[in-house]
Amino acid sequence: MPTTPVLPKLVGQRVKRREDPRLIQGRGTYVDDIALIGMQHLAFKRSDVAHARITAIDTSAAEAMDGVEAVFTGAQIAKFLPPMPIGTPFPSPEHRAVAVDAVRYSGEPVAVVVARDRYVARDAADAIVVSYDPRPAVVDVEQAMTGQPAVIHPDFKNNLAVALVPSGTGVSADGSKVDDSAIDAAFKNAEVVISQRMVNQRLAPNTMEPRGVVAHFEPGKGTMTIWSSTQNPHILRTFIAALTGLGQDQVRAIAPEVGGGFGAKINIYGEEYVTAAISKQLGIPLKWVEDRSEAFVATTHGRDILAYVDLAAKRDGTLLGLKLRLIADIGAYNMLLTAAIPTLTMMMANATYNIPAVRATLTEVFTNKTPTDAYRGAGRPEATYFVERAMDMLARELKMDPAELRRKNFIKPSQFPFATQTGAVYDSGDYEKALDLALKHSQWDRLQAERDAARAQGRLVGLGLSMYVEVCGIGPSAALPTGGWEHSQVTVERDGRISATTGASPHGQGNETTFAQMIADQFGVPFEHVTILHGDTGVVKQGIGTFGSRSQAVGGTALIMAGAKVKKKMAKFAAALFEAHEDDLVFENGTISVKGSPASAKPFASVAAYAYVPVPLPDGLEPGLSDEAFFEPTNNTYPFGCHISMLEIDRETGEPKLLKLVAIDDAGNLINPLIVEGQIHGGLAQGIGQAMIEEVVYGEDGQLLTGSYMDYALPRAIDFPRFELAATVTPTPVNPLGAKGVGEAGTLGSTPCIVNAAVDALSEFGVKHVDMMLRPEKLWRIIQGGRS
Amino acid sequence: MISTQFEYTRATSLDDALAKLGAAKGDAKLIAGGHSLVPLMKLRLSEPKVLIDIARIPGLSGINAKDGAIEIGAGTVHQDVASSALLQHACPMLTEAAAEIGDPQVRNRGTLGGSLAHADPAADYPAVMLALDATILIKGPRGARTVKAGDFFQGMFTVDLAGDEIITAVQFKPVKAGAYAKLHQRASHFAIVGVAAALAVENKVIQGARVGLTGASSHAVRLTEVEQALAGKQISADNIEAAAKLAGKGLTDINSDLHASEQYRRSMIPVFTKRALIRALERA
Repeated sequence: MPTTPVLPKLVGQRVKRREDPRLIQGRGTYVDDIALIGMQHLAFKRSDVAHARITAIDTSAAEAMDGVEAVFTGAQIAKFLPPMPIGTPFPSPEHRAVAVDAVRYSGEPVAVVVARDRYVARDAADAIVVSYDPRPAVVDVEQAMTGQPAVIHPDFKNNLAVALVPSGTGVSADGSKVDDSAIDAAFKNAEVVISQRMVNQRLAPNTMEPRGVVAHFEPGKGTMTIWSSTQNPHILRTFIAALTGLGQDQVRAIAPEVGGGFGAKINIYGEEYVTAAISKQLGIPLKWVEDRSEAFVATTHGRDILAYVDLAAKRDGTLLGLKLRLIADIGAYNMLLTAAIPTLTMMMANATYNIPAVRATLTEVFTNKTPTDAYRGAGRPEATYFVERAMDMLARELKMDPAELRRKNFIKPSQFPFATQTGAVYDSGDYEKALDLALKHSQWDRLQAERDAARAQGRLVGLGLSMYVEVCGIGPSAALPTGGWEHSQVTVERDGRISATTGASPHGQGNETTFAQMIADQFGVPFEHVTILHGDTGVVKQGIGTFGSRSQAVGGTALIMAGAKVKKKMAKFAAALFEAHEDDLVFENGTISVKGSPASAKPFASVAAYAYVPVPLPDGLEPGLSDEAFFEPTNNTYPFGCHISMLEIDRETGEPKLLKLVAIDDAGNLINPLIVEGQIHGGLAQGIGQAMIEEVVYGEDGQLLTGSYMDYALPRAIDFPRFELAATVTPTPVNPLGAKGVGEAGTLGSTPCIVNAAVDALSEFGVKHVDMMLRPEKLWRIIQGGRS
Repeated sequence: MISTQFEYTRATSLDDALAKLGAAKGDAKLIAGGHSLVPLMKLRLSEPKVLIDIARIPGLSGINAKDGAIEIGAGTVHQDVASSALLQHACPMLTEAAAEIGDPQVRNRGTLGGSLAHADPAADYPAVMLALDATILIKGPRGARTVKAGDFFQGMFTVDLAGDEIITAVQFKPVKAGAYAKLHQRASHFAIVGVAAALAVENKVIQGARVGLTGASSHAVRLTEVEQALAGKQISADNIEAAAKLAGKGLTDINSDLHASEQYRRSMIPVFTKRALIRALERA
C-alpha cells in the first residue's frame, strides 16, 4: 500500500493568502479589464455647483461629435429608470440617478454620454453645457437644522432627514414612548459631569480600485449580465432587476476582482443602474469606470457625525449615565444604508461599560455634500470615539488612571450575554483580560516612565488608551432588509477535488484562503484540492455579501454546514464500499478509512468517483456529492479589544508623530492569524489616517476642497510605527466556529487612543479635547495659546 | 482624469527638441518626467496640443564635477540627485531636498529641469538653487544663455524662460555647510515651508550666508535679512536664533490655504530657518 502524506490541520495556521500572487503580479481581472465585442463607454457630466436648479441642458455639441452614440439628460433617463431605492425604512426624498431639475451636491450627475471609447465620451461630456440657477449651498450641519441658508428637499423641513430618534434607558423598543426619569436622575445624582462637543469628521473611502461597471443586456435572450466592483453581487442583482424591469432569474451579477470596498461598495449606485438601463435601451454592452477625481465626489463618504456627549459619574469613577446627542451630516441624499449607519452609533453607545442609564438621540441632516454611507467600521468607530474620549476626559478630571477607570466600570464576564441599554445583546466578552494584556504587552508602566522622562526634557509626549466593542457578524435577518443569512454550496467533484461557493463576496478579506483551510480540514484533503467560488450570481446561487465583518462568522458557518451535509453523504457512499457503518469512517490525509483500520484506506478521489458512477447505487442515495446550506445567525457577534498609543507633538510646529501603537483584538477563534493580522493592520492604517491626516473639507460654496491626493492625505508606511499586535480569544456562542469577525476592528480602538494620547501630550496647556484630524496648525495654536 | 487630445513626439537631440518647440508655435509643452505636467493635463487645467518628450535626449541628464563646480543635467531625476555619492559628500543640502520630494514614484520620474521650469510655489528645488546661487543654463533659438537662480524665479509658476527655450542644466559651487529643512504638507508632501541654508564658515565665524525659502509665498525667495544678520557673526546659538527670528519678516504675500494659514506659515519660517541653519553649521 502506498503511504500517504500526513496533512496538517490548517484551521488556526498562518497560511499565506492564495489570492496574493495573482494580485501582486497584476494578473487579476477587474471590471476595467473586461472587454466585450461592440461595447461602448459611458461618461457622466457632473454638476460643478453644489446647489442649483437646472434651467437648461444643451447636448447638441456633444451629440454632434464623432464617435458619440447617444446623450441622455436626467429627464430622458427618468423615462425608463425609476428613482433610486434605499435599503432602510426611513422616509427619503426622490433621488434620481441622474438629476432631473435640480442638483444638490457638486459632482451629482446631470447627463450621460455613450461613445465608442472613454476618451470620446469624456470629451463629449465636457461639451455638454448646463445652465444653473444657483441656490445657497447648505454646508454647516447645525445651521442646516434651522433651514438655513436653504432647504434642500422641500418635503424635509429644516433639512431634517431623520428628526430626533431616541434610544436607550426609558425608551420603548419602537421609540414611541420616552421616560426620562432614569437618565435625569443619573445626572442629578452625579458628582461629576463631563460635557463635550465632538466631531467625528467626514472621510473619503479611497479604494485602490475605483468603482466600475459593465452591463450587457442581450435582447435575444432578454437577460442582463452586470459586472461591478461591488461588495455584494446578490444585492446588486436584486436591485438591478427591480429597476430595469427584469426578474432576478434574468439578471446575472458578477463581482470580479474587487480592489477594496471599505463599505463604500455596499451601496448600489446610480452609475450601476444607469449603465444597466441604457444597455437595455440600446441593446449593446456598456462600460463605465470611475476615475479618481470622480471617486472623491461620486463615491459615498463616511463618518461625519457631530456629538454632544455628557457623561455622569461619581467621584470614585463609577459611571452613572451617558447622553449622546448625535447629529449626522448625511449629505444630499439617502443612499442604500445612509440612514442606518448612524443608528449603529446609537446601538454601540453602551460601549464596554456598565452604565445604569444611557440615552442616545439621533438627528440626520441633509446638506449639499456627497451622500454618506458605510465606511469601514460604519457607525461603531464613531460610538467608540465619543465614549472613549469622554472616558478619558473623566479620568483626567478625576485624576484617575485611564486604565483603572475603565476597569472599574467594565461589564463583567459573568454578565454575558449582556443586554445593553441601547438594544444590543453582547454575546461574549472579557474586557478586563484584553485591558490587562494591552497593559502588559505595551509595558504601560514603562511607557509612563518614558513619557514622564521625555516631558522632563520639555518634549510633548502623551499616552492614550482605548477600549472598544463592535457589532460584527451581521446578522439576524430581522436586522437587514435583504435578510442576514449567508449561503454556501459544497461540491466534491468527480476527481475528488472540492469546489465550494460562498455568498460572501471577498474583496481583500482572503476568504479564498480561509475557507479552503476549513474545507481541507473538514474533508481531510489537501488545501490545494479546494477552490472557493464567489462573486458571481450565476455560480453562487444565493448570498448576501461581505460587509459588517460578517464573511467568516456567517459565510464561514454556512460553508461548513454545507460541507457537513456533503461529507455525511460521502460517508454513506464510503460505508457501502467498505461495508462499514457511516459513523465509523475517518476522512484524513486524502483518504477515507474505517476507524481503527488504517490499512483499509481508499483514496478520497476513488470514493468521489464512485458517487458519480454509483454502480451499484446504495439504497436511499441519489448520485453525486453536492449540497447547500443557509446559515441564519441568532445574534450578531461583538468583538472587542484595547488599543494603546504613544504620540509626540513637535513643540515648535505642532506636528504629531505616532511613536507606538499596540493593538489587542479579540475576534473569537481565528481561522488564519496571518490574515487576521493583515485585516487589523489595514484597519489600523485607516484609523490612524482618521486621527491624524484624513479629512474631507468643503468650502462655504459647497465645493470639495480635498478632491485629490494633493489635498486629501492617505496614510503611508512612513506615517506608522511598527504595529504591535496580540490577541485574547473569547469565542462567540453565536456560531459553531466561535469566530466573531475582524475586518473593521482596527478602525475602532486606534482612533480614540491616538486622540487621547494627543490630549495627554498637550496636558500642560490645559486642553481637554481636540477634534480630529490632528492638523499641525491646530495643535500649534493650542501650544501658542498655552504659552500666552 | 483623462486629458484632452494631444500629439506626442520624442525629441532625439536638443536641437531637434528646439526645432519641434519652435514649429509648434506655443502649442507645445516639453515633457520629461511629467509629474507636474501630466496631473494638470488630467484635470484639464493644461491642454497642450503637442507634447515633446525630452527625457531620452543624450547628455541632458547626469551629475558632473568640473573646475570646482558641479553641473547637473536638466533631465536628471530626483532620485539620481538624492542618491548621488558626489553630491551627498560635496553638497548634502541638495540630496537632502531631493530625497524629500513627493514620493518614490515622483522621485524616480520627475526631473530637476522640469521642477525648475514649472516653478511650483511649494517645490523644494527652488529654495536650494537660491541658496546655492546656482546658474541655470538655457538654450533657445537665439542661442545659449544663463540666468542666476535669483533672477529666474519671478512669480507663481512664472520664470525667466521663454516658450521656445529649454533648460539644459544647472551649475553651482557645491556648499558643504548647507541644509534643507522642510515642513511637509501631508497629502502632497510639497513644502508648507522649506528653507535651504548655505553657509561659509571660517574660524567659527560665518563669513557669508545664503538662505532660500520656498512654500511660503508666490515663488521662492532669498531671506536676505537672515543672510545679513549672520554675515560676520560668531557661531553661537544666540546669533542663530536672532538671525532666524528675522526670517520672512519682510514678506508681504504669505500663502494661506487649507493646510496652513498665513499666520502659521509665517510662524514656521523662522522655525525651519533655524533648523536649516543649525544643521548647516553641523556640517561646517
